[in-house]
Amino acid sequence: MSQAASHAESSAASHDESHAGGHDEHHGPPWLAHHFDTPAQQFDAAKLGMWAFLAQELLFFSGVFVAYGIFRSWYPEAFSTASHQLDRVMGAANTIVLLFSSWTAAMAVRSSQLGKKQQTTTLLLITIACAFIFLIVKYFEYQHKFHAGLLPGKYFGHPVDGGLFGAIPAGHGHTPHLAPKAHIFFSLYFVMTGIHALHVIVGIGVLFWIVKRNASGEFSKEFFTPVDLVALYWHLVDLIWIYLFPLLYLID
Amino acid sequence: MGAATTTVPRAQPHHPDPNENYLKAERGIMSWLVTLDHKRIGIMYLISVILAFAVGGAFALGVRLELFSRGRTIMDADQYNRAFTLHGVVMVFLFIIPSIPAALGNFILPIQLGAKDVAFPRLNLMSYYIYVFGACFALYSMVNGAVDTGWTFYTPYSMRTASSVIPMVLGAFIMGFSSILTGVNFLVTVHKLRAPGQTWTKLPLFIWGLYSTSIIQVLATPVLAITLLLLCLERFLGLGIFDPKLGGDPVLFQHFFWFYSHPAVYIMIVPGMAVVNEIIATFTRRAIVGYMFVAMSSLALALLGFLVWGHHLFVSGMSEYATMVFSGLTFLVAIPSGVKVFNWVATLYKGSIRLESPMLYALSFIFLFTIGGLTGLFLGMLAIDVHLHDTYFVVAHFHYVMVGGTVMGFVGGLHYWWPKMTGKLYSEGMAKVAWFLVFIGFNVTFIAQFIMGSRGMPRRYYDYLPEFEIFHKVSTIGSWILGAGFLTMLAMFIISLKSGAKSTRNPWGSAALEWQTPTPPPLANFIKVPTITRGPYDYHLATEEELSEQ
Ligand code: HEM
Ligand SMILES: [Cu+2]
Repeated sequence: MSQAASHAESSAASHDESHAGGHDEHHGPPWLAHHFDTPAQQFDAAKLGMWAFLAQELLFFSGVFVAYGIFRSWYPEAFSTASHQLDRVMGAANTIVLLFSSWTAAMAVRSSQLGKKQQTTTLLLITIACAFIFLIVKYFEYQHKFHAGLLPGKYFGHPVDGGLFGAIPAGHGHTPHLAPKAHIFFSLYFVMTGIHALHVIVGIGVLFWIVKRNASGEFSKEFFTPVDLVALYWHLVDLIWIYLFPLLYLID
Repeated sequence: MGAATTTVPRAQPHHPDPNENYLKAERGIMSWLVTLDHKRIGIMYLISVILAFAVGGAFALGVRLELFSRGRTIMDADQYNRAFTLHGVVMVFLFIIPSIPAALGNFILPIQLGAKDVAFPRLNLMSYYIYVFGACFALYSMVNGAVDTGWTFYTPYSMRTASSVIPMVLGAFIMGFSSILTGVNFLVTVHKLRAPGQTWTKLPLFIWGLYSTSIIQVLATPVLAITLLLLCLERFLGLGIFDPKLGGDPVLFQHFFWFYSHPAVYIMIVPGMAVVNEIIATFTRRAIVGYMFVAMSSLALALLGFLVWGHHLFVSGMSEYATMVFSGLTFLVAIPSGVKVFNWVATLYKGSIRLESPMLYALSFIFLFTIGGLTGLFLGMLAIDVHLHDTYFVVAHFHYVMVGGTVMGFVGGLHYWWPKMTGKLYSEGMAKVAWFLVFIGFNVTFIAQFIMGSRGMPRRYYDYLPEFEIFHKVSTIGSWILGAGFLTMLAMFIISLKSGAKSTRNPWGSAALEWQTPTPPPLANFIKVPTITRGPYDYHLATEEELSEQ
């Protein structure tokens, strides 16, 4: 983290008077934006911005976490019986996949810092592959819930045939034997994992974009900020799952 | 995500001269639509929020006109519900929240920091288009049947009404992201892009206000976002989270909603206060008394704002203990607000006051905000709120805060920075006439509402008892005077654009940094990166040249 550490107080970093006298001519590297004076200042700004953005993401999820806490305390039995309907093996597998992908993302930052372009690409592609595995596992989990009628809210107890995209209610209210209000658990399950999955999908898009930029040689030992930031984002996606998994799958 | 993608490609060869004034540096409509210059983005926001204000104002006048006499006047009850909802939604989400930070702040904040731009120019442009995109959703909802829930979208009604809730709520959701991204951008800009010598204690108070606002924008808005998303899903899927029929809790929605919307009150008011600081310092030629207290009171308001949301739910079913805690916390907010008012008054005392139009708005702000704030204490008092809740007293209270506060701050700031933004002067005589109409019209409109509210006139009612008729008539006539005031102001600004005299660099003789650069500012904000050696209000240290009108 040489860039970050060496310039904690970059905002006060002196403007380079030698070329501040009227012309916007920069002699800095091509990736240095015109309104920054030093690479360190630009790096710190990007990083602070990302942290603020991630704080915002956490607060976004906090809403559903609060809702979960309230309804769990109201309907403990429903939540307990409903959580047994989730597939812990699949959930655990996905947890491992995400943890591993977070590690490869971190390694990608490291290799990018060392200027190892090819290795960075490989590591990022592994991260992306893990993200796809995660989504595929989720697909099968969802599929199973759809067949069993474990659906959110008013669709609860109405099994759906024909896969995820042919969502036609079938059968007549064959409610699984769960405590009343179990449908709220499944509402929260689908909302929380759904929003999380959306973050995974966005992450895949951004990761691909970074892979492309890396392949075209945009990054170097001196400039690897975007790799760093996408890894931070990916850690957040991982972190949120680390909370979701025990809350939804494990707690009795 | 957005924040990650912030390296702006370096200016292309043949890029415009950074020393050319920003209005002329590039030409053509496209150069505006894809600009990364914070000043131009600020101007685009300015035009958009003024348009929104006009739309919201038209609905306001319609609502008032309907209430002019009893029974049906110009619309039926259903249309009335839609009209006041649209008025509220447009004013809150499209006008007040972005008005000062995104429009004035975008223009002024980097210049006051001595920076060339905000930290993430591309993100800034993106925020603007997200705002426009969200506004389109709101517009779509308006033409597609509109919404009749009130701007608060309370469940369970908002889950059941046949009106077009989903596009409107999605619109608010999207505009929320614009607000968050602007907040992130400003936070980072203040932290990382201050000019050499611009220490935290030399920051203009406008910056302190926007900085505090940004914290609220980043921390509160996401909670609104998830709430609105859940509401949409509730309508689609019947989640049961807010739906009492399915075991959910409709009051949970109110908790979530006010966890955002009370802090949002400070997104509206803190920037207004921040503008007032700048105006008062300039028009008294004095340093704001108690700089650090005023700066810290912005932060205190931002943080306290998160703790008091429960005062909106006193009568919605909460434990007695909780209501008492929320009532007590609510009073704490009076402390930082009081600190500001006292410091302004102390600054005015012995200052050589010049009563030019920006100053008239700043003084109006203090006067009206004080009334709004004190009536807020009534509402924070548990026992009194049970009587006043959802009456016109509340309507008058929040208009004193939002119009008397934000709108006065916004309009005052617009007058104050107009010469810097456009390079043109406006007719001071006409500005004073407009101010007079606005001030009188506003008070006539809303004092009548305080009185009828305290006598029990409920808000959001289509019709009323005979004893309220006189107050409604007075209030409606007041709204016409107010409307005439804003129209006069609009005409004045248009005339100024067309044929206003050229402004000098520092027409008010201010010591603040943004007045030291040419008018209008060059593309790079300063011809030479400034080194800051004194505070923005250190009139005794400022040189004659700095304060001169040339
Ligand atoms: C011409 C001046 C204005 C008039 C005559 C006016 C009038 C009204 C009226 C009659 C209501 C409906 C009250 C009810 O039925 O409960 C209302 C609500 C509201 N107004 Fe205004 N208003 C004006 C300006 C503004 C401005 C400038 C703002 C914001 C900047 C604003 C924000 C609101 C909000 C947030 C509501 C609440 C809507 C709701 O209950 O859902 N108003 N206003
Ligand atoms: Cu409040």
